Amino acid sequence: MLEIKNLHARIAEDGTEIIRGLNLTVKAGEVAAIMGPNGSGKSTLSYILSGREDYEVTEGEILYNGESILELDASERAAKGIFLAFQYPVEIPGVATMQFLKVAMNEQRKYRGEDELTTPEFMRRVKEAAAELKIAPEMLRRPVNVGFSGGEKKRAEILQMALLEPKLCILDETDSGLDIDALKVVADGVNALRSPDRAVVVITHYQRLLDYIIPDTVHVLYKGQVIKSGDKTLAYELEANGYADLIEAAA
Amino acid sequence: MNMQQAIKMTAAETALVDAYTAQIGDLPGDGAVLSLRDTLVHELKTAGLPTRRVESWHYTDLRTLLRAVPSADPSAFADRVEPIVAGSTVLSVRNGEADLKSLPEGITARSYTESLLDGSAVAGLAVLGSDDAIGRINVGLVRGGLEIAVAEGAELEAPLEIQIVQSHGQAHTRFPVSFGAGSKATVIERHLSTNAEASFVSSVTDLTLGEGADVIWIILQQQGPADTHLGQIRFDLGKNAKLHLFVINAGGKLVRQELHGRASGEGADLTLRGINLLGGESHTDVTFTLSHDVPHTTSTEIIRNVVFDRAKGVFQGKILVEKDAQKTDAKMSCNTLLLSDEGDFSAKPELEIFADDVQCGHGATVIDIDHTQLFYMLARGIPENKARAMLVNAFVAEIVEELEDDETLVEALEGVISAWLAKHA
Repeated sequence: MLEIKNLHARIAEDGTEIIRGLNLTVKAGEVAAIMGPNGSGKSTLSYILSGREDYEVTEGEILYNGESILELDASERAAKGIFLAFQYPVEIPGVATMQFLKVAMNEQRKYRGEDELTTPEFMRRVKEAAAELKIAPEMLRRPVNVGFSGGEKKRAEILQMALLEPKLCILDETDSGLDIDALKVVADGVNALRSPDRAVVVITHYQRLLDYIIPDTVHVLYKGQVIKSGDKTLAYELEANGYADLIEAAA
Repeated sequence: MNMQQAIKMTAAETALVDAYTAQIGDLPGDGAVLSLRDTLVHELKTAGLPTRRVESWHYTDLRTLLRAVPSADPSAFADRVEPIVAGSTVLSVRNGEADLKSLPEGITARSYTESLLDGSAVAGLAVLGSDDAIGRINVGLVRGGLEIAVAEGAELEAPLEIQIVQSHGQAHTRFPVSFGAGSKATVIERHLSTNAEASFVSSVTDLTLGEGADVIWIILQQQGPADTHLGQIRFDLGKNAKLHLFVINAGGKLVRQELHGRASGEGADLTLRGINLLGGESHTDVTFTLSHDVPHTTSTEIIRNVVFDRAKGVFQGKILVEKDAQKTDAKMSCNTLLLSDEGDFSAKPELEIFADDVQCGHGATVIDIDHTQLFYMLARGIPENKARAMLVNAFVAEIVEELEDDETLVEALEGVISAWLAKHA
C-alpha cells in the first residue's frame, strides 16, 4: 500500500535536511510502528506523507497503491484515503465541529465521484461513531477542537478517522498527553478500524501505546533513515535497552 | 449672490445645498426646526465637507471621496422586503417615507415627520460638534423616520426590524428610540438598497436606555455597490443598562458609520461588536467614541475586518474615562484579515483616561490566514479554496456566535456573511 524509496526531504524555508534516504514498505492490513528518539524525523515523515507544504522532497519517491503522490496536495491525498491523526490537533474557532465533519466527508466524496451524504445519514454516522468513542454530544456542538482537553482532542481525531474511513492511517504520537483510560479508548477506536484493506502507521516515542495497538512490524528511525526493522519484539527490546545500542550498531 | 464664501464648493457640496434649496417650503418642520436647518446648511456651504485636516475625518476625506450626490427623486418607490429574521415585527421606511402598522404590546411608534412638524424633534437635532458632518447633512435634509418607545418592563418576544429601503436618489432619516426601565428587546436597523442605482443616505439613530434595560441593537448595512451611506448612532446608557451593539457593514461604496455614546449610569455595560466585509473599490469607516462618565461601568469592543480587492477600511475608537469614573473596565480590539496586497485598513484606537483606578486596554492586529489551520483542513480533504473561505468566515462568525441565545438571529447574520463572502471571495 505504501512504498517509500530513498526519500530525501528538507524544510522548505531553511533547507535543513531531515529525511536522508528513508526506505519503508507498509502492506495493506499491516500495522507498522515507527519508533525513534526525539529529532529522528518521525513527525516530519508524517507531515511529508500527508502533504504539508513546509517540506520539500528533494530525492526519492512515495508510492501509494503504486502511484506517486508527490504531485498531489494535502486535500487530494486525504480524498484518496490518507489520514493523519495530528500530534497537536488544531483549534479552529468559528468553525463548528459538525460543519467541519460534514464538509470534509462530502468534499472527499465529491473528489472520488461519490454522492454527497444526506443530512440524516451524516447525523446517524456521527452519532454512532461518537458513541463508540465516548464523545459527548456537547463536544460536537463546540467549534473544532476549541476548549477540548488533550484527551478529547485525540478522541476527536479518531472520530474523524472513523468517519472518513481512510485506507492509510498515520497516527502521530497519538499517545502523548493521554492518561491510561483515554489511551484505551483511543486504542480501541484504532483497533476497530483494523482491516485487511487498511494500513496503519503508528508513530510513537514510547512502547506503551503498542501494548494496546499491537503492531505487525516495528521500524526504528534515526537521523532520517530506518536503521532497523523487526516484529513487535523489537519494541520490547527498545523499551528494555533504549536506543543507544541500536544507534551505535548503525553508526 | 454676494454672500462671502470661504471655499469653492465641490460638485457634491453643490448637490447637497441644491437639494436643500429645491425642497425649501416642502421640508417638514416648525419654525425652530426650519431655522436650525437653515443654519446648518449655511455652515455646510461655508465650511464645506470635512477634509483630512479635520482630525476625526483624517482617514476619510469626505470632501475628496464624495464625488457626486444623486438628486432626490420624490417619485422613487421601493418595495418592502422580507425581514432578515422570520417572524420579526417590521417597521419600514422606504425612500424616506415611514410606514406604520400595528405593533405588539409594549411598543409605540410614530412618524418622525410629525415630530419635525410639531417641533418636538428640535431638542434632539443638535449636532455633536463642528466636525459632525453627518449630523449637519441629516438635519438639513431629514424628512422622516420613526420615533419609537419601548415601555417600561416590556420584553419584546420577536425582534423588531427597522427596515430602511432605498431604490435610488436620497433619503435622510432619523430614529429616536427610548427603552423604558427594565425593558428587553432585540432591534435590527437594516439599511438596504433594492438595486445598483446610486443612493445617498444619511441616518441618525438616538438610543436612550433606562435603568436595567437590556438591548441588542444590530445595524446591518447592505447598501448597493454605488451607494453612499452616512450613519450615526448615539446612545445613552442608564444605571445597569446593557447594550449589545452590533455593526455589520456588507455593502456600499462610501460608508461612514459613527457610534457615539456615554455610560451615564453606574453599572452600565456596552458590548460593541463590528464586522466590516470590504471588497471592490469601497471605502468604509467605523468611528466610535464612548465616554465612561460614572464609576463602575464596563465596555468591550471587538472589530473584525476582512479586506479584499482594493477596498479601504478605517476604524477609529476612542474611549474616554472621566475623572469620577473609577473602576471602569474597558477593552477594545481591532483585528483585520488582509486578503489582498492592494487592500488597506487603518486602525486608530485611543484611550483618554482621567481616573486613576481603571482597567483599560486596546490592541490592533493585521493577520493573514493561519497556515496551521489551513493545513489541518486540507489534511481532512477540504480543498484549499473552500478551506480558505471557511477560515475567513470563521474569523468573523466567531463574534456573531456570541449572540447564541437567539439561534435564528445567529443563523440569519451568518447567512448575510456567507452570502457576501460567496460573492466576493
